[in-house]
This record gives sequence, C-alpha cells and structure tokens, in this order.
Amino acid sequence: MLGPADYTMWLLGFILEVSVIVCSLFRRGLLRYFTLNLYMLAAASITVGQFVVIHRFGFSSTEYFYFYYYSDTLLTILLYFCVIQLYQQVFEEMGVSNQIRGASLLLLSGTAWVSFMMVRQNQTHLTGRFVVELSQNLYFVGLILTYVLWGAVMKMRETRSRLIQFVLALGVYFSAYSATYALRNLFPHLELTKILPPLVGTWLPLAWTYTFWKVPEEARLAAASLVTPSTLTR
Amino acid sequence: MIAAAIFVFASLALLQFFFWYCRALIAATSRVELSDATREVTGIENRHVSGDDFEKLSQLVHLCPEAGGDAMGLRFIGMYHSFLGLLRIGFHAFAPNAEGWAERERASCSYFTAVTLDARIARNRLLLEEQGSNQG
Repeated sequence: MLGPADYTMWLLGFILEVSVIVCSLFRRGLLRYFTLNLYMLAAASITVGQFVVIHRFGFSSTEYFYFYYYSDTLLTILLYFCVIQLYQQVFEEMGVSNQIRGASLLLLSGTAWVSFMMVRQNQTHLTGRFVVELSQNLYFVGLILTYVLWGAVMKMRETRSRLIQFVLALGVYFSAYSATYALRNLFPHLELTKILPPLVGTWLPLAWTYTFWKVPEEARLAAASLVTPSTLTR
Repeated sequence: MIAAAIFVFASLALLQFFFWYCRALIAATSRVELSDATREVTGIENRHVSGDDFEKLSQLVHLCPEAGGDAMGLRFIGMYHSFLGLLRIGFHAFAPNAEGWAERERASCSYFTAVTLDARIARNRLLLEEQGSNQG
C-alpha cells in the first residue's frame, strides 16, 4: 500500500518532468535539446501510466511489476539517445554526426541483443532479481557512456555551460541509479534500496530544470577548471 | 562480485560527478562582483569570505524573497558545503595538507550564496521601485 509520502514523491516527479519541458520552451531550448525534452515527455507519460496501473491493478500486482521495469528499461534506452545527442553537440564542429549515429546504433543493437540473450536464458525464472540486474547493467552502460562523454568534453575544451551542466547532471543520475541497483542486487531486502530510486529519480528533472532556467545558452565556462583541485578564480 | 564492483565504481563516479556539477554551479558566480548593499549587509570585504560564513549567508538569503528560481542551486550548494565539511574533518585527521583545499571550496560555496543574496536584493529593490512608480 502506498502512503502520502509516495504520492508526494510521485507528484513531485511528474511536476519536475513537465517543468523541464516548460522551461526549455521558455528558454528556447526545445529543438536544440530535442531528445532531452522527448525523454522528459516520455518520463511524465510513464509516471501517469504507473499511477493508472496501480489504481487499476494494485501496487503488489504482477502487472505493475512488469510495467515498472519495462518502462524503466525503455526510459533508460531513451536516455541513451539523450547521451548521443550530447555527443553530437560536443563533436558538432568536427562534422562526425554520421559516425556518432552509426556507433550509437551499434551500441543500442548490442545492448538490445545482450538484454534479449539474458531474457532468453532466464525466461523460465524472470524473477525480480533478474530485472534488477538488467536495470543495473543498463544504467552502468549509461554511466560508462557519460564518463566517456565527459572525457570528450574535456578533450574538446568544451565551454558551453549548459552543455557541461547537462552532462554532469546525467553523470550524477546514471551513477546514483547504477549504485542503487547494485546495492539492491547485493542486499535484496535492504529497505534503503526501495527508498532511494524515487529520490534519485527526481534528480535529473530537478537539475535540468535548473539548467534550462538559470543558465543561458550563451554562458561559457572552462570545463578543465572544474577538475583541477585548485580553487575557482575569484 | 560484479554487483559489488559496479557499486564501488558507481559510488566513486557519483562523488566525482556531484563534485564537478557543484563546481560548475559555483564557477558561474565566481567572477561576479558583489554590490555595495550586499557587502554592507554581509560584512564581506574584498571578496574574502570564509567557509564558516555559509550559515550566516544562508540565513540572510532565506530572509530575502526568492528571485528567479534560485532556490534549487542553493540547495545543491548547501549539500556540497555539508559534504565538504565532512571531508574537512576527515582531512584534518588523516591528510592535513588537503584541509586548506576543502576550506577554499567551502569559501567558494559561501561566495555563491552571497552572489545569490545579491541577486535577490537587486531584484526585490527593482520590484519595490516599480511598485513605487506605479503608485506614484
């Protein structure tokens, strides 16, 4: 049974997801960061879908269990597309869009194939543990992709503040989810691992709303200064 | 075994990304000059703020009505400041050389808060002036 705290988190998540789209619309970032907005639209729709499924079948139902994990997998794949768009923006001056698209399609096919093989091998016992493991792996691949993207940001001496903040927020999100799912895999009965996912889920819309609203597209920042231990210049 | 390795790697990555993210927020304000009004209210002179001023500045910011959705940034930096506080205690015991670095970072958090306060004061003054001119 869900309590008032769960519903509050839910509503908060939905409002934040919609606020990303609204803020990007007002700050003229809707087309430039199209996949980020598409992801948030999908996330908001799935939040509503989860509410409907719980209302109809109940929180402990098998229907909700599968809806939750499959929609989560779908969102993670959509998030891969966000990472790919950020890659394209980082490398836009080099004109390597086709190569990035090719590599990303290859990666997506590879991830789908591995996931399919995992499902096929486990189809007789598609347990909660298996879906947790699948989510953990998908988020971990996302984390690696973001890490490489951050490396590219540094290497290309990227200065666009908005882009830098989008990438870093994504890094926080992927690593937090990846750690949470790994912890859940290690300690399936730990109560903390059930509380953390909805909290972590609010991070990305929160951070992206802030970036769209507060950081103008023209703002510039030296990414290299963020990783050096010396203090920021004042 | 794989889950344990992923947990360790992801936790370290989480710390790193959060750290860089907060520094990116702070960097946006690091070159901003404070107005005389804010200097007067906060007692900041020549950009010299200490990490311990953070609490006082946070209280002042919360006294001033919010301007342009800046509360989220303040919350992120508040978390970062608390994290640095813990790091400083750890450094004090095990790596005294790094303690100075943690203190400089905490001071940057304080400066971020002072700049936010400055923006809030400026915005509220503008609103009051507009209100005054409308009534006149």
